[in-house]
Amino acid sequence: MMRHIGTLLLLGVLLAACAPVDLDAAIPAYDTGVDTEAWATISAGEFLSGQFSDRAAIDYDYEIMVTDVTVAQVVHFLNAALQDGTLRAVDGRIVGFYPGDPFHDARHEVEIVAGDYDIVPLDDPASRFGFDGTTFTAKAGYENHPATNVTWFGAWTYCGAHDWRLPSEMEWEKAARGTDGRPFPWGDEIARNNANYYASRDPFEDMGSVGSRTNPVGFYNGRTYGAYATLDSASPYGLYDMAGNVWQWTGDIYEGMHYRFMRGGSKDTYEMDLRVWVRNNATPTYFSPGVGFRCARNP
Amino acid sequence: MQFAKDRLRYLFGSTKGLILVAIAMIAMETALFGMLSGPMAEYGVRDVVVRALNIDLVQAEREGRIIILYHSIAMAVVAIEVTMITSMLKMKESYKLGVRALITTGYLMAMVFGMGFAYWGHNWALHGLYIAGLTLIFFAGVLLVIALWPWSREVTQVDSAYARTRKGVDLERTAFFAAALTTVISAMFGAVAGANFGNGFTVVLAENIIRYPEKTTMEYSVIGHLHIMLALIAIMITLIIGHWLDFKGLLHKIAMPLMILGTIVLNVGVWGVVTPLEPIAHMVIYVGATPSMLAALMLVIFGWDKLIRGGVAGIRRPGLWRKLGALVRDPLRFGPLWQMVFMNFTVSGIGIFMAVRLDEIFRVWPAREERIELTGHWHVLSAIIATIILLYYGDMIGLKGKLRQLYGWAIIIASDIAFAAVTVFEMKRLFVAEATQQPLVNTVILLMDFGLGILLVVLALVMVWRLLDLFRKQGRWTAEAEHELSSEVA
Repeated sequence: MMRHIGTLLLLGVLLAACAPVDLDAAIPAYDTGVDTEAWATISAGEFLSGQFSDRAAIDYDYEIMVTDVTVAQVVHFLNAALQDGTLRAVDGRIVGFYPGDPFHDARHEVEIVAGDYDIVPLDDPASRFGFDGTTFTAKAGYENHPATNVTWFGAWTYCGAHDWRLPSEMEWEKAARGTDGRPFPWGDEIARNNANYYASRDPFEDMGSVGSRTNPVGFYNGRTYGAYATLDSASPYGLYDMAGNVWQWTGDIYEGMHYRFMRGGSKDTYEMDLRVWVRNNATPTYFSPGVGFRCARNP
Repeated sequence: MQFAKDRLRYLFGSTKGLILVAIAMIAMETALFGMLSGPMAEYGVRDVVVRALNIDLVQAEREGRIIILYHSIAMAVVAIEVTMITSMLKMKESYKLGVRALITTGYLMAMVFGMGFAYWGHNWALHGLYIAGLTLIFFAGVLLVIALWPWSREVTQVDSAYARTRKGVDLERTAFFAAALTTVISAMFGAVAGANFGNGFTVVLAENIIRYPEKTTMEYSVIGHLHIMLALIAIMITLIIGHWLDFKGLLHKIAMPLMILGTIVLNVGVWGVVTPLEPIAHMVIYVGATPSMLAALMLVIFGWDKLIRGGVAGIRRPGLWRKLGALVRDPLRFGPLWQMVFMNFTVSGIGIFMAVRLDEIFRVWPAREERIELTGHWHVLSAIIATIILLYYGDMIGLKGKLRQLYGWAIIIASDIAFAAVTVFEMKRLFVAEATQQPLVNTVILLMDFGLGILLVVLALVMVWRLLDLFRKQGRWTAEAEHELSSEVA
C-alpha cells in the first residue's frame, strides 16, 4: 500500500508539472495615479556607478520617462506605424527597418546588417496586446502595465519614432540610483512591497499557476490597493519600477557584441537581480513577457 | 579531562575522526547558509535566520560572500580527500602528520574566519585569518606533493596487477601526484586573481561575464581556476574510490596513464586561457577531459564487474536479473560508481550539449538563463562529489544490514531526484515557454527540495548518531581511532 501511495504521489507531482496555464486569467486592475506621460530631468554631474560605486560622470542633462512604456502606448504606436507604413505585418510578426551595426567579427558575434527586424510577435499568447489583422488592442486590465514582448528593435523603433532614444546603461543607472551609490532605487534594503519580483507576494502573482505577472506602472508608490500596502519605491529622481516588474532594454551597442543589455531585474527574478548595477543581455530579437523599456531624450 | 582528551585525539588524530569533523563542518555550514537563498529565502526563512543571528547582508557584498562560502566548503572537501589520501597511500609518518596538521588547521580557519568575515561585517582581522587558513592549506598541498613523490624506491609497485612502469613506478600514485601537483599550481592561479580583485575590494563571478568578448587576464584566471579546481577535486575522488575498490588489472593499466595524461593536459588547457594559447584553450581542455573521463569509465566497468562477479559467485550461469541484483546489492559500493555515470547526464552531457549548440540555442536566450545552466551544472557536480564521499563514508563507519541499505539508497535516490530536477530546471526553456513555466518550475523545485532535504536529513541523522556515539565510553569511535583506509580496501 505504502509503495502505491508513493507512486501515486510521485505521479501527481509529475502531472502537476503539465498543468495548463491560463494566460488570460483575470488580473486585478488598479489606477496607480502615476502619470504615464511624465518625464524626469537628470542633471549633468557625477554619480557612483556599478557594484563597487566607481566614480562616474554624465556631462549633460537628459530626460527619462518616469514609468515604463505601457501597453496602451505601444498599441497606439503600432497602429499608427502600421497605418503610415513604417512597420509591416509579415509571417506572424511585425517588422521594421533597422540600419544595422558595425561588425567586428568577434567570437560569438552575429552580424546585424541593415534590414527588417522583428518588432513584436503576433502569435505569442503571452503578449498583452491583441491583433485582428489590421488593428492592435490592449488586453483588458493590462492597459497601464509595461509593454512586454517587444524586441530591442521594437523598443529602439518606438523611441526613435518619437525622436527619443533608449537610455544608455549609464543614463539608466544614474536615473535609478541617484548619486549616493544605493543598491536599490529607494535605498539600501528591499522589502516584499518595494517591488514586483519572484515570489514577492504581490497581488498579481499566482505561484500555483501563472507565476509572476507584471504590475501597473508606478504601482509601488506608497499607496494601499485593497489590502495590499506598497512602499513608495521611486528613485531619487522620481522614476518608478526601476527595480523589478520588467527588465528594461538599454540603448548601448558594444564593440564585438550583438547582445543588447537590460537593467532592473523583473517579476521573474530574485531580488539580487533588482540591484541597480545588475546587467542582463540578450539578442536584439529576443522578446519576453518579462522585458519592457522606457525612453530617454535630450531636454 | 581524560574524557575530552580521548575524544579530541580521535577527532583530530585519527583518519576517520578527521573526516567526521570535516563532514560535520560542511553539514553545519550547508544547513545554516542554505537557509539564506533560493526557496528558503522565498518562504521567509532567510529573514528569520538573518535577524536571529544578526547576519549583515550588505547588498554590494553578496558576490564576495558567495565566493567565500564556496571556498570554505571546498576547503573542507579538499581536506577530506587529503586525509583519505594520507591514510590510503604509503608515505613517511612525518609527512602524513604535517599534511594533516596543516590542512586541518587551514580549513577550520578558512571556514570559521572566512564565514565570520563574509556574513558578520567586514572585520579585516577575520579576513587575514581566513587568508592565513587558505595559505596553510596551500602548504599542506605542497607537502602532500612531496609526500606523494612516486619515483622513490620505497613506493615502487611490486604487484604486476597494478599499473606501473617497467622500472616499477606506481602509476596510480603518479596519478595522485599529478593531481596534487596541478592542484597546488591551479590554487596559485586563483590566488593571484583573488589577490588582484581582493586588493581592490571587488569581486567577479564568472557566470556574470561569460558573454563579454573581451575579458581581462585576471577574469580569465577566475574562470579557469574555478573550473579546474572542481575538475581536480573530481579526479581526486575518482582515484580515491578506485583505490578503495582495489582497481587493478588490464583496465587499471590503461586507465592510470590516461588519468595522468588527462590531468596534465586539462591543466595545461586551463592555464592556457591566460596565455596566447587562449584561442585554442577550450580545445586543449576537451582533449584533456576525454582521457580523464575514459579512465573514470574504466573504473566504473571494473567496479561493476567486480560487484557482479562477487555477487553471483558460486551460482552456475547466473541470469541478467541475478547479475543486476548483485550489482545493486550493496548501495555503498554501487553508489559511487553509479553517481559517476549519472554525472554524465547532469553535468558532462549538459556541458557538451551547451558547447555544441551554444550559439544556436543558449546564446539566443538571455544571459540570466545561460547563467542558470552554468551555475546549475557545476553545483550538481559539486553535490555529486559530496554524495560519493558520503557513500564511501557510510562504508567507512561500518554501516551494515538494513541501515546500510537505507543510508545508501536514500543518498542515491534522493540526490539523483534532486540533480535530475535541477537539470530539467536548467533546460526548461527547451520545452516550455517562459509564460507557462510555473507549474513545471513548482514541480522541479519541489523535487529538488525533497531530494536535497532527504539528503540533509540523512546527513543530520548520521551526525547526531556520531555525536551521541562520542559520549559513549566504548562507542564506535574507540574502534575507529586506529583504523586506516589502506587496510580497508574493498
